[in-house]
Amino acid sequence: MIDGFLALYIFMLAAFTGKEIIGRVPVILHTPLMSGSNFVHGIVLVGAMIALAHADSTLAKTIGFIGVVLGAGNAAGGYVVTERMLEMFKSSKDK
Amino acid sequence: MDLHETLIWIAKASYFLAAVLFILGIKRMASPVTARKGIVQAGIGMVIATLATFAITGMHNIELILLGIAIGVIPTWLWGKKVAMTDMPQMVALFNGMGGGSAAAIGAGELLKFSDPSTGAHPLVTVALAVLGALIGSVSMTGSIIAWAKLDGRMDKRFNFPGQQVFNFLIFAAAVAAGIALIAWQVDTRLIIAFFVLALLFGVLMTLPIGGADMPVVISLFNALTGLAVAFEGYVMQIEALIIAGTVVGAAGTFLTQLMAKAMNRPISGVLFSNFGGGGSGEAIAGAQKPIEASDAASLLYMAEKVIIVPGYGMAVAQAQHKIWELSQALIKAGKEVKFAIHPVAGRMPGHMNVLLAEAGVPYDLIADMDDINPEFKTCDVSIVIGANDVVNPAAKTDKSSPIFGMPILNVVDSRQTIVIKRGKGTGFAGIENALFYADNTRLLYADGKEAANQLISELKAIEGGGGH
Repeated sequence: MIDGFLALYIFMLAAFTGKEIIGRVPVILHTPLMSGSNFVHGIVLVGAMIALAHADSTLAKTIGFIGVVLGAGNAAGGYVVTERMLEMFKSSKDK
Repeated sequence: MDLHETLIWIAKASYFLAAVLFILGIKRMASPVTARKGIVQAGIGMVIATLATFAITGMHNIELILLGIAIGVIPTWLWGKKVAMTDMPQMVALFNGMGGGSAAAIGAGELLKFSDPSTGAHPLVTVALAVLGALIGSVSMTGSIIAWAKLDGRMDKRFNFPGQQVFNFLIFAAAVAAGIALIAWQVDTRLIIAFFVLALLFGVLMTLPIGGADMPVVISLFNALTGLAVAFEGYVMQIEALIIAGTVVGAAGTFLTQLMAKAMNRPISGVLFSNFGGGGSGEAIAGAQKPIEASDAASLLYMAEKVIIVPGYGMAVAQAQHKIWELSQALIKAGKEVKFAIHPVAGRMPGHMNVLLAEAGVPYDLIADMDDINPEFKTCDVSIVIGANDVVNPAAKTDKSSPIFGMPILNVVDSRQTIVIKRGKGTGFAGIENALFYADNTRLLYADGKEAANQLISELKAIEGGGGH
């Protein structure tokens, strides 16, 4: 169980980490990076899966199912478009 | 440890590993050398976390979970694979909206659970974060969908009515009030429904009046918001990986949003509330646009020593990046200095132009950022503006009544000659007349970007081969 203050510490440290790691990104990588971070919050899929696994009523199952579909779409779509964008950067660099 | 505890331990360890991989992955994506490894690493983290989740969910509703994943993954994967590079920004918006929707759905499910009195009392912080995550996730979902529809050309660019800001504020206030009632009073089913309707509605309403040029900032903001929503629902669900990944994205996205807003010299509040690109017309411009034929434009280029190419969204629409690079190579071969000038918000997302130029194979060292290239326009013989408009409009510097006044621009107007490649006489995405197009040393080549580049290449060849000069 993560209690309030521990969660607050995790939140603070993760927030600083997020700002730090993006602070060194050159402008040319902004679009792929936005897309990449968009992929990373696709981890919401895990939460939706657990929510659906614990659902019993039809309504709860429906909501959980929607959550899983949308979360999976976020993760899969986010990965594909980011990978495609970065693929191009590779091809230009090899010249 | 019994089997169940072991499985939970494995899942928790996997989530930790996934969190590490996400952070390392994002960090690697920050450098062109390691960027591809970065996304692959983050992808591995996602697969590990998802597989581990099966360990702790047991077999309950397993068919539904697998079906949901299949329905979510297969179409988006196929669509993402084949969508054109020019449509990437709206795809990011759409996938981001899905993430927001997923977080909102988790919030809805949890609140529904809390509304059942048999589940006992719930800590205030948990209910509050479930509500907050659901609010942010809902706004991010419908807002992103509107952003997608606008960028995809499925919707009129602007939608305004009198008293819009007051109305939007009232809807927002009502959503917040419903949220506070859920937290402080009781988790009631009807209240949950009202809360979600208001939150979803607000996402639509707040995005409707925002015009084109501000869309990159808005998508970035929604990306950050979804991250936060995921983090909050992660706390409610007690999954550390969601808290960490969501917060990292929330912080990184907020920082990126600030960078973009700064590049446009506009506070984020101004982007959201001042209908940029919606109202305002600025001063009328006297004079006429002076057209030029491709053959004459090619002569100008042939005589030039230094050429700066300024791409904008129009290049993306015309898919002209390959032809433009071919033209540049022809110019470089003829001994000219060629550079590409990129405005931070050219296109529909920051770095959008860089992605397209990279796709065409333009080397990095020819591509310059606004601050580096701006002093060079004075020594430039010919600037070629292809599909860019608002980011080269000198009214941003001179005309206080212009809606884009104060936005940093590329000083194309300083160059000796400017050739603007443009399909027609219309205004840019922000709907503002551009004084550059009426300047004495500006000539307009009315053509589709690809077509124009093609013509210029063949005319250049004709000049070189024909020996007419």
